[in-house]
Amino acid sequence: MRQVAVNAVYELAKRDPRVVFIGSDLGPGVLEKMKTEMPERFFMEGVSEAHVIGMAAGLAMEGYVPYINTIATFLTRRCYEQIAIDVCLHRLPVRLIASGGGVVYAPLGPTHMATDDLALMRSLPHMTAVAPVDADEMRRLMDASLAYDGPLYIRLAKGGDPIVSRGDVPFNIGEAIRMRGGDDVLMVSTGVMTTRALEAAKLLENASISACVLHAHTLKPFDEEAVLTLAAGRQLVVTVEEHSAIGGLGSAVCDLLAQSALAVPVLKLALADGFSHEYGSQDHILEVARLTPPHIAERVSDALRAAHRRVRAVL
Amino acid sequence: MDERSRYLRRLTFDALEGGKRGHVGATLSLIEIFRVLYDDVLSVRPDQPQWPDRDRCILSKGHGCLALYAVLADKGFFPMEELVRQCSPGALLGGHPETHIPGVEASTGALGHGLPIGVGMAVAARMQGRSHRVFVVMGDGELDEGSVWEAALSASKHALDNLIAVIDYNKLQSYGPVSEVLPLEPLADKLRAFGFEVREADGHDVAALRTAFADLPAAVGKPTALIAHTVKGKGIDFAEHNAAWHHKAKIDAAAVDELRAALERA
Repeated sequence: MRQVAVNAVYELAKRDPRVVFIGSDLGPGVLEKMKTEMPERFFMEGVSEAHVIGMAAGLAMEGYVPYINTIATFLTRRCYEQIAIDVCLHRLPVRLIASGGGVVYAPLGPTHMATDDLALMRSLPHMTAVAPVDADEMRRLMDASLAYDGPLYIRLAKGGDPIVSRGDVPFNIGEAIRMRGGDDVLMVSTGVMTTRALEAAKLLENASISACVLHAHTLKPFDEEAVLTLAAGRQLVVTVEEHSAIGGLGSAVCDLLAQSALAVPVLKLALADGFSHEYGSQDHILEVARLTPPHIAERVSDALRAAHRRVRAVL
Repeated sequence: MDERSRYLRRLTFDALEGGKRGHVGATLSLIEIFRVLYDDVLSVRPDQPQWPDRDRCILSKGHGCLALYAVLADKGFFPMEELVRQCSPGALLGGHPETHIPGVEASTGALGHGLPIGVGMAVAARMQGRSHRVFVVMGDGELDEGSVWEAALSASKHALDNLIAVIDYNKLQSYGPVSEVLPLEPLADKLRAFGFEVREADGHDVAALRTAFADLPAAVGKPTALIAHTVKGKGIDFAEHNAAWHHKAKIDAAAVDELRAALERA
């Protein structure tokens, strides 16, 4: 997915002279072709995220469309004020490509696990935050990014993730995609957790629970209409994200439903509020957090039973 | 102090009286810097604030905005009446500069943002083959911010001789003396070590500032740093070198009259 995103910058740069790339201190050879063919539009600025964001803002003020890439935690936490003031306050077309969203960098510990990035980005005025599900969708997002107005945060996954998105379904920033139908439960997911949600939905089918899966690739602006439409008449809404339970997808859905006329219970499946002290792999962390497809299916099933019990108690 | 310097200070007092608040000391140390920039150095068009070939001037120490507002109003970027409406509901001008104000290049107020933005603008100018310059006016306390030095490394790497960092070195930050809060000396050596060609001048001596801003870049292939040695609260005897005058809220008309009277004594 990262390769697709980074290569797309090169392709976009060939098409549009406004496109520039800024890296911090990335691995050797990143975007070598762009560096060779368009050296004046390729910048590797060192471990200086605050400066990188400000410099990108300065370039954007002069008409360029800067694409920045570095590790998600550094790109969000380290330079948050620069993103807020230099980029968002000025509403500039700066694109932040965040490597290792969620717990991709599990072996590297809490400094590298971006479990709060979506919350941080969602709370910034004018910011758009997107978490694609796979490399194909990333390609569609990158194509859409060039003409998109204002700041854009792009959360990358691990890479090599299974392709579940479909090319025949239009991709538009801000529009959630219904991945499968189902009557009992609405599962809303983002990023690569949509893949897990789809697998969980299959498991639930074996238990005669029919789950609709809505892929909310864009956290902000949030597709409220899609969620409200699909939540109506369901017994349960489930949110699934590789992110802290605070401020991410689950919060967006709960905020929305709390202000709606719908009385539908919500099961928020997310990472606990805390720094992970587990290493291992992304899958291991998801296992510990009970966010694998079997865990998701089990938790949905349990929540559905509890919801039924509550309804019976009221009756 | 000549009449023009007094006049610009009086304009800041009008704004101060209207808004009943402002960073007095930080404004008064900047007056001659902005006077010389806008009278003698910058190529700008007040009736065409977004003219593509204008020199860019970023006030990175945004809290000194009354000095910028006074000069911009005097040049006709916006009506003079806006000054007294400073910080009022619906006003054009707030307590820090924002880009909706004609002539303001970047919204600032949080420190350490101007130089990175200026680097981006200077790189862009070069890429576009334009000959305009980028001036970034910073405070001395602002140099505590690491982002300033990150940008300094980059400015030097990119050999941005179209970038001029101006430092309002009044030696006094909010809490007290720079030399006590977080010493900067030897500042000129530090800037040189970061790749700047350094000039120094009395930041209230108009002729000295004109000379310091003449014949830019100071060195081909290097960013310029101008250290302007200034006095916080310059022109007001009881505010000079006085950290208590860094920022004042709830200033009433009588207090502003005292400032006006003190200015006439200077």
